[in-house]
Amino acid sequence: MADDLAPIPEHSVSALTEEDRKFSINFGPQHPAAHGVLRLVLELDGEVVERVDPHIGLLHRGTEKLMEARTYHQNIPYFDRLYYVAPMNQEHAFCLAIEKLVQVEVPIRGQLIRVLYSEIGRILSHLLNVTTQAMDVGALTPPLWGFEEREKLMIFYERACGARLHSNYFRPGGVHQDLTPSLIEDIGDWCAAFPKVLDDIEGLITGNRIFKQRNVDIGVVSKDLALAWGFSGVMVRGSGIAWDLRRNQPYECYDQMEFDIPLGKNGDCYDRYLCRVEEMRQSTRIMQQCVDRLKGTPGPVMTENHKVVPPRRGQMKASMEALIHHFKLYTEGFHTPAGEVYACVEAPKGEFGVFLVSDGTNKPYRCKIRAPGFPHLAAMDVLNRGHMLADVSAVLGSLDIVFGEIDR
Amino acid sequence: MSFTVSDEDLTALGERAVADSAGAITGFEVAHGELNLHVPAAKIVTALTLLRDAPQFRFQQLIDLCGVDYPERPLRFDVVYHLLSLAHNRRVRVKVQTDEDTPAPTVSGVYPCAEWFEREAFDMYGIRFSDHPDLRRLLTDYGFQGYPLRKDFPMTGYVEVRYDDEQKRVVYEPVKINEFRAFDFLSPWEGAQGTYVLPGDEKKGA
Repeated sequence: MADDLAPIPEHSVSALTEEDRKFSINFGPQHPAAHGVLRLVLELDGEVVERVDPHIGLLHRGTEKLMEARTYHQNIPYFDRLYYVAPMNQEHAFCLAIEKLVQVEVPIRGQLIRVLYSEIGRILSHLLNVTTQAMDVGALTPPLWGFEEREKLMIFYERACGARLHSNYFRPGGVHQDLTPSLIEDIGDWCAAFPKVLDDIEGLITGNRIFKQRNVDIGVVSKDLALAWGFSGVMVRGSGIAWDLRRNQPYECYDQMEFDIPLGKNGDCYDRYLCRVEEMRQSTRIMQQCVDRLKGTPGPVMTENHKVVPPRRGQMKASMEALIHHFKLYTEGFHTPAGEVYACVEAPKGEFGVFLVSDGTNKPYRCKIRAPGFPHLAAMDVLNRGHMLADVSAVLGSLDIVFGEIDR
Repeated sequence: MSFTVSDEDLTALGERAVADSAGAITGFEVAHGELNLHVPAAKIVTALTLLRDAPQFRFQQLIDLCGVDYPERPLRFDVVYHLLSLAHNRRVRVKVQTDEDTPAPTVSGVYPCAEWFEREAFDMYGIRFSDHPDLRRLLTDYGFQGYPLRKDFPMTGYVEVRYDDEQKRVVYEPVKINEFRAFDFLSPWEGAQGTYVLPGDEKKGA
C-alpha cells in the first residue's frame, strides 16, 4: 500500500521560498485565550504577524434593536448582559443617561451605594483580567487565587440584589433596595483583608520572570496612538495620559472621595497590568470610605418622585395613589422628554457611554451603547503588526476584551 | 455633584466653532447641557479636522460614531459623531444627515478608530461611507441580508437558524414566529387628554 503514495517532497530550509513562509491562520472562534468568541484571521510571515483581521459579531444579540421595543425599566437587565463581569457599572451609565433626561436627583445614600458597587465591579473586572492574563501567558495559580476573592465579592452582589451576575440593581433615581447593616459591616471587613490578598497575588505575578518576558515592551501604545484610536481607561493611563472620568468629569459623589490614579510610563502590557493592580488598591480605598459614610448616612436610596420611581411595596398596600403609580410604572413605564443625551462612566475597561435618543414616549427611540472594548479591539491590527504569534494572546489579554459589550 | 458645563460656555464654544469653520459648521444648539453642531455631509472631514487640530478646540478623540434612523425624513439617516477634548475637558456632538443612496465621506483619515464605527453603521443602517478603506459588514452573520437597526426592519428578522441532524449542518429557514407582540402602553399618564382614544373605544360614538 505504501508504494501507492506519492513521495513526500523533501525541503531543506534554504529551499523555502518567500511564498512558503507566508500563511494565514484562524485564531478562534473557540480559543481559550480569545476571552469569548473572537475569530482573528492572522496573516503570518513565519512567526511574525503581518496583519490581524478580527471577525466579531459571533455574540451579536441585537441589544440595541431589542431596547427600542421595551420600556426604560425593562431595558436595565440588558446592560448586565453586556459585561457580565462588572454588570452594575454598565447599568450605571444607562441610569445616568435617563436621569439626565428626566432630571432626577439621587439621594446621597443611593449615590454612596452606587459608588460602592461600581468599585466592587471594578475589582471584579480587574481581578479577572489580571489573573487570566497571567494564565494566557502560562501561569495557572493566579486565577485560582483571584477567583476566590471574586466569589466573595459576588456574594456581596447577591446579598444586595439577589443575583450574582445579572443584578438589575441600579434604577433611574437610585438603587432598588437598601443594604443591610450586616452587609455593610462585612464589606468593610473584606476591604481590610483584601490588600493582603492582593500582595500575595502580586508576589506571584509582578516579579515573575516569565510574566515579565511575555509582557514587558509588548503591545506598546504611544500617547498619540491611544488618542487617535479612541482608547480610554487603563489603555490611556498605561501610556501616561492622566485621564480618568471619575476625576476629570466626576459623577455621583466621586468628587468627595479620596483616591489616586495610577499612570503607566511605557504603555506596554506590563504597565497596564501594574495600573490595574494599583487601581484595585485605590478602589478598596474608595470602598472603605463609602462603607464608613454609609454607616453614618441613613436615608432613602431612591428619589421619592413617584412619577419615575415605583413606590415601596408597603406603601402600595396602603395607598390607592401608590397602587396607581405602581401599576402605571410596571406596565407603561415613565415617559422621558424628547431629546438626545450622552452619559458615560469610567467602567473598569474605560469609558462606557450610552447615547440615548428619546422621542417623548416610554421607550428609547435609539440607544447606542459605546463599549470601551470596541475601539480597543479595532486597534488589534495596529498593535500586533511585527509582533510574534505568541504575543497576540498577551496583547489581547491586556486589552481586556469582553464580547458581550463589543458585539452587543 | 456631577460634572456640568454651563450653557453659556457651551453657547460660546458653539458660536466660535461656527465662526471659525468658514461654513463647514452651519449651526449649533445647546440642549440637555450638551452642545450639538450641524455639518453638511460633504464638509464633515473639514469640520472634524478643524475641531481636532485648532488649538481652541482640540477634540483629540472620536468617542463614538453611530447612525440614527428617521424614516419619515427625506434624508432619513443621522450620522452622529461624539468628540472629546482631553485638553479642554469638553464634549461635543456633531450631526450629519444623509440618505440610503448618498454616501457620507469617511472620517477614518481624521480619526482612525472611525473605520470600525463606520463599518458598524454601514452594517446596521446601510449608510455608505465614501473612500472607506474596508467597508465590510462587521457584527451580523456572514451573508446577512438587510439592515437590522432600520425602523422598517422587523424585530424578529427574516431568517432563523437551526442545526439539521440529517444534513449535518446549520440550515437557514424563514422565521416561524408570526409577529413581535408590541403592546400599546401609550395611554396618557394623567387622565385622557385631547384626541386620544382608549384601546377598545375606537367605535364609540361612531
